[in-house]
Amino acid sequence: MSRPVLEIDQVSKRFGTLTAVDGVSLSIRENEFFALLGPSGCGKTTLLRMLAGFETPTGGRILLDGADVSRVPPNRRPVNLMFQSYALFPHMSVRANIAYGLEMEGRPSAEIRKRVDDMLATTQLGGLAERKPDQLSGGQKQRVALARALIKRPRVLLLDEPLGALDKKLRGDMQIELKRLQHEVGITFIVVTHDQEEALVMADRMAVLRDGRLLQCDTPHAVYEHPADAFVAGFIGVMNFAAGMIAGQGVAVRDGSIIAGALPEGMEQGAAALAAIRPERIVLFPDEETANRTTGRIEALAYHGLDLQLHVRTPLADKPFLVRITADTADRRPLAVGDPVELGWSATDTRIFRN
Amino acid sequence: MAERSAAARRSGTTVLVLVFAFLYVPIAVLVALSFNAGGLPTVWSGFSTKWYVSLASNRDILHAALNTLIVAVASTIIATLLGTLLAIGVETRRRKGTVLEALVFAPMIIPDIVLAVALLSFFSMLNVTMGLHTIVLAHVVFNLAFVCAVVRARLKSFDWSITEASADLGASGFTTFRRVTLPVILPAVVAGALLAFTLSVDEFIIAFFTAGAGRASTTLPMQIYSMIRFGITPEINALATLVMAVSVIALAISQRLNKGMVGQ
Amino acid sequence: MTTSRPTLLMMPALAWLIGLMVVPCGLVLALAFFQRGIYGGVDYTFTLENFAKVVDPLYAGIFLNSARIAGTATLIAVVIGYAAAYAIASCRRSLQPVLLFFAVLPFWSNYLIRTYAWIVLLNREGLVTQMLRWFGYTGEPPSMLYTEGAVIAGLVYNYLPFVILACYAPLSRLNPELAEASRDLGGSAFTTFRRIILPLTMPGIAAGAVFVFVLSIGNFVTPALLGGGRFQMIGNLVYDQFLTANDWPFGAALAAALIAIMMLLLLVQGYASDRASTRSAPVREDA
Repeated sequence: MSRPVLEIDQVSKRFGTLTAVDGVSLSIRENEFFALLGPSGCGKTTLLRMLAGFETPTGGRILLDGADVSRVPPNRRPVNLMFQSYALFPHMSVRANIAYGLEMEGRPSAEIRKRVDDMLATTQLGGLAERKPDQLSGGQKQRVALARALIKRPRVLLLDEPLGALDKKLRGDMQIELKRLQHEVGITFIVVTHDQEEALVMADRMAVLRDGRLLQCDTPHAVYEHPADAFVAGFIGVMNFAAGMIAGQGVAVRDGSIIAGALPEGMEQGAAALAAIRPERIVLFPDEETANRTTGRIEALAYHGLDLQLHVRTPLADKPFLVRITADTADRRPLAVGDPVELGWSATDTRIFRN
Repeated sequence: MAERSAAARRSGTTVLVLVFAFLYVPIAVLVALSFNAGGLPTVWSGFSTKWYVSLASNRDILHAALNTLIVAVASTIIATLLGTLLAIGVETRRRKGTVLEALVFAPMIIPDIVLAVALLSFFSMLNVTMGLHTIVLAHVVFNLAFVCAVVRARLKSFDWSITEASADLGASGFTTFRRVTLPVILPAVVAGALLAFTLSVDEFIIAFFTAGAGRASTTLPMQIYSMIRFGITPEINALATLVMAVSVIALAISQRLNKGMVGQ
Repeated sequence: MTTSRPTLLMMPALAWLIGLMVVPCGLVLALAFFQRGIYGGVDYTFTLENFAKVVDPLYAGIFLNSARIAGTATLIAVVIGYAAAYAIASCRRSLQPVLLFFAVLPFWSNYLIRTYAWIVLLNREGLVTQMLRWFGYTGEPPSMLYTEGAVIAGLVYNYLPFVILACYAPLSRLNPELAEASRDLGGSAFTTFRRIILPLTMPGIAAGAVFVFVLSIGNFVTPALLGGGRFQMIGNLVYDQFLTANDWPFGAALAAALIAIMMLLLLVQGYASDRASTRSAPVREDA
């Protein structure tokens, strides 16, 4: 495990009576692709602006390579930000935009030209060097913004909703492209996003924030499979919930049946709880040994190409369960709205949370 | 950083305080001295409203004020009508023409003195007897341009599909204008009219050149100009205060009706 | 061929503008090419001597003098106006319209009255003299009225609100993230202002400057009232030709010159703001 490049130590930010960031501690490693994830208003952008130097923490410290940079102005931090709006200088060409940061360092013009040319090649912007930002497409602008920040060779590159302004198809391509670039330049990336799918795809590790607090920080796989609480469970991916109370080795739900699963530590019998199951973990017409079983009726069918989503009304919860089956399965056994079905899943696929 | 921005904020505040002092101290002094009891126009010697009373008995001023009112009302009505139609025409036209834009913009930037001498030459060449009516003709020129600008600003954010919706629901062109377009742009039209009114009340040079000989069609600014040339009197201070009050009130209403107009 | 509805709507206003602005201005331009009649009036004989007179050293001197006064007023108004607009644009969003309204309010009050206010302020027994006395000054009252300084102060005072307005528009539209991006890339506050904010707001500055300059050079009220008629500007010259000297053709030539200056400056301004938006930053030479 490599040493931390950036340590966020009990950082808080208050604006008047509003607490935007509340005692967040994170440690980000060298060459890591890290994602700050949360719904809008969770404090992730404020945290990012503190890392860039545009806001000063009202509590805690930010350490970069062990040195406290909490009060260092943005132009003296080896940290660069790729803005959500890209913030390309509209009166400058692509080349001049990318060269700007090196000019600020007072580099000789020969070096600037060389490094800008290299960066143009790396980001595949070669033919666009003399264009103005308003002559570029969204994806091209994004690459210029990235090139402009990367050319400074920052210790940490911050990216604020980097793919937010792109259309869906381009976004998928750029997710891979960002991963590739990060690997190529070997710089620590911190991405702020509200899009959980983006974080899952790109990040080595991710932190989930809500109301200014850190809820969980782990690898995407760990966060997806073992969410820290019901909020994270619902925010990352899709989750079916059934409310009830702890009874025996599971949760007694609406119809009195018990959904079996591993109880979290310290949960007492009778405590209000939520049982949660991922849609892809639910099996249609399960065999005898399956721990959890129920019957239901299909309320709606949604075809997604690769898979089929069923909305199944069950006696376990108020809301219908979402069940995801492959197109193969659906082909073997035609289904229609109104059909009765049996659902099942194993006890290890149930997550139980305090409610 | 925090200290820096606090310093920046302080210097910003300092700039604003100085600029607003520069803008308002001369006016404040003028207004204060209009309530000065003493005959000396610039030395304070007690509060009095007597100069306002003496204004009310000054026949020349009352006559000029009436003339100004006639000119302002007439030119505002004509300019509001023509300017609003012009704005709708320009905004609904498919082709945007540079010549048209220049023509509509020109009255707002042309130096007053140029328009003044041009109209003087024009009227005297045609042997038109000049008077209040020629001032009205002249004032409509710039007033309609300002009304048009204010209404166009509103039309820029106007969703034209609602007029199509109205037509789709069976309304005629005129009904659509009356029931859909006009109610939406009405605040801007009224704001434009108030602006035109204050511009006309305050306008001096063009009126001065197109009023013709004699005192019959002297307007208030012309009256003020000739009074100022004789020197400072508390009476002018009082008159100036009243004229400014009228402008400020009309403008405040206009601003309320058409939020953000000043920011265009 | 039928006339389209937009054209019909525009017709009355356009007729008015053509009849009472374009034609009279064309007429005045035409007048400039004729001779002055013996008893005033116009003698319709073609000549270019009016334009020759405009560039005659006597009148060219007045042109240069008014250009200098107008230029000084423009410079001062732009510096103060930009600073004020910048300060307003840096305030809380909710406060900005209010500040802007009060900055522009004096602009909509009577020009004569605003000029008169400076007579009240600057005359021998005015507020400025009183202030000096209060601070212990005992000598003769300083003569401030009827000086070039008074004319410049009056022009700056009258046109400052417009400059604030013209500069505020691009400043308020400026994406604050551009300045942040410059800071993030290592630019100091000053560099950020010089390389990013100033070039991007240049069109507003240019518009404000052209406006102040054109209206100042063509002004006749301010030089007449605050300059006491001692400082002739082109506006006063035009006024005199039409109302006292009765040399309409020469007055017309002067008015034409005024229009020409205005057009020229507008063209330069248009070119400058075009350039500002297409210019690429120079790459630093080796130190």
